[in-house]
Amino acid sequence: MSALLSVEGVSKRFRGLLAVDKVSFEVPEGGIYAVIGPNGAGKTTLFNMIAGVHSPDGGAITFGGERIDGLPPNEICQRGIGRTFQIVRPFPALSVEDNVIVGALMKRRDVTAARAHAHEVMRRLDLYDKRAQRASSMTLPDRKRLEVARALATDPKLLLLDEVMAGLRPTETDRIVGILRDINKESGLTILLIEHVMRAVMALAQHIVVLHHGANIAEGAPQAVVRDKAVIDSYLGAEAI
Amino acid sequence: MLGRLTEGLSARTLILLTLLLAVLLAAPFFASDYLLTVLILILYFAYVGQAWNIMMGFAGHLSLGHALYVGLGAYTAAALYVHYGIGPWIGLLVAIPIAALAGAFIGYLAFRFKVGGVYFAILTIAFAEFARVGFDHLAWTKGSSGLFLPVAQYSKNDLWHLRGQPVMFYYVLLVAVVAAFIGCRALLQSRIGYFWLAIREDEEAARSAGIDTFRYKMIAVVISAAMTSFAGVIYAFYYNNLFPEQVFHISRSIEIILGPIVGGVGTLFGPILGAFVLTGLAESLTEGLHAIGIDIPGAKQVFYGICLLFVIMALPDGVWPWVKRRLGLSERAP
Ligand SMILES: Nc1ncnc2c1ncn2[C@@H]1O[C@H](COP(=O)(O)OP(=O)(O)O)[C@@H](O)[C@H]1O
Ligand SMILES: [Mg+2]
Repeated sequence: MSALLSVEGVSKRFRGLLAVDKVSFEVPEGGIYAVIGPNGAGKTTLFNMIAGVHSPDGGAITFGGERIDGLPPNEICQRGIGRTFQIVRPFPALSVEDNVIVGALMKRRDVTAARAHAHEVMRRLDLYDKRAQRASSMTLPDRKRLEVARALATDPKLLLLDEVMAGLRPTETDRIVGILRDINKESGLTILLIEHVMRAVMALAQHIVVLHHGANIAEGAPQAVVRDKAVIDSYLGAEAI
Repeated sequence: MLGRLTEGLSARTLILLTLLLAVLLAAPFFASDYLLTVLILILYFAYVGQAWNIMMGFAGHLSLGHALYVGLGAYTAAALYVHYGIGPWIGLLVAIPIAALAGAFIGYLAFRFKVGGVYFAILTIAFAEFARVGFDHLAWTKGSSGLFLPVAQYSKNDLWHLRGQPVMFYYVLLVAVVAAFIGCRALLQSRIGYFWLAIREDEEAARSAGIDTFRYKMIAVVISAAMTSFAGVIYAFYYNNLFPEQVFHISRSIEIILGPIVGGVGTLFGPILGAFVLTGLAESLTEGLHAIGIDIPGAKQVFYGICLLFVIMALPDGVWPWVKRRLGLSERAP
């Protein structure tokens, strides 16, 4: 497996604070990788650099063999990276369907074709029956799935998911885990997810990267990572195992 | 063609639209001279309101300087006519690029340097003010003493030179309103329309969904400016006199935005309904107060303000969404 995404020594400083400190890791094509770590560890900042919201102060980000660090978010999306926001931000006044159509239109010029694709994506994410609802009137679990749907509609090669399971009930979590696993299996979509819900991480991820104070303190197979002393001390606590 | 035009409209909507169009087409045959001038004003505001709505209602950027584009259109066509005898329709071909260029310049400044929200609004005011002061000193358009188009008693309507009776302007504006409505509807249902709404709703999320927001905001401001300049050409040939103090004044820009706000920002029918409600209200107030013999200076403005306040408080999304529900029109109707 060759690396689809490679992050090499990437750093980001906000005024005095070193939010991400020389982080490196690679995600192979078709993989499901997770980034975990306590609040404020720099996970979202790392995503924002991959997605083009921030440009790194140092290091390089390569996607499909091309440097992408410093490109604007729309161009990164065009190259095949879809993302969700930790604090969900669907287009509130638009219907569920129109939200997803916006994503589908990135690679499609024709609205009818985009609508057909949006319907497919909505069916996948159990949103089809709610397609006429305004996004602002949806429940949180629905809005989280809508975020995933809009990102998926852009036909990404890599999907970045920032805490899409946070605040969901276990049944909702299992539902999203099932959907993501199916999509990964069927289409080979590569997924990189930030997640606190260890139940979901353990069920999905093949590989875990642990951030603490901006630095990559451990990485490896899930079973090994959760037994790592540094990880337990800084984040998981003994009872999580 | 007709199929695409009416796609997504319920039978009820179509019937009501056809009825409205029939009434508007027939109106000059029944309306008094006074009523006809009121209707011309309504159509004028319906048209510019539609153009402004592209910026604000679709792409989410508040322009408080649309008088700039009206003025550029008006002055360009009028000056070409006065100096070279070039007719308004040829003048329009010059006016549109000039207004579009002005829009592109303002848009470029604002969007390149990430001027948004109220600061964008202030920038648009600033440029309209620059134009007001600039045209005051522009000898070619006769500066502050005003540019006048030659007028005579016209026995027949000369559409090519826009010389003639009010009824001619009425029909020209009616065609413009219908074309603007159809055009805006087509835009809103196109790829561009979806991208505009996404930008209006959440620009950062739009960018993350792959939208080149700079580009689509530029398209919005250029189309809106170009459309607005046509209203300016009509304005010049209808009133036959232009003063920078009046044409570019901020109150002109405010007048433009009141209709769509009252009617419903971001809706297709809001600017039209808003123009009817507002101009209708203003004119009936004038007439009403006159009839009962109240002649206090400013009374009309105060009443007008109170009515507006009431409309905005009672129907914060505008009158059209409420009327639409009342008429039992489907959710997807214009
Ligand atoms: N745009 C920003 N400006 C300033 N500080 C920021 C910004 N974004 C994040 N931070 C800071 O960077 C650190 C890492 O934040 P974040 O990446 O959101 O952590 P996580 O997602 O792991 O909880 C925090 O201390 C946060 O306050
Ligand atoms: Mg975070």
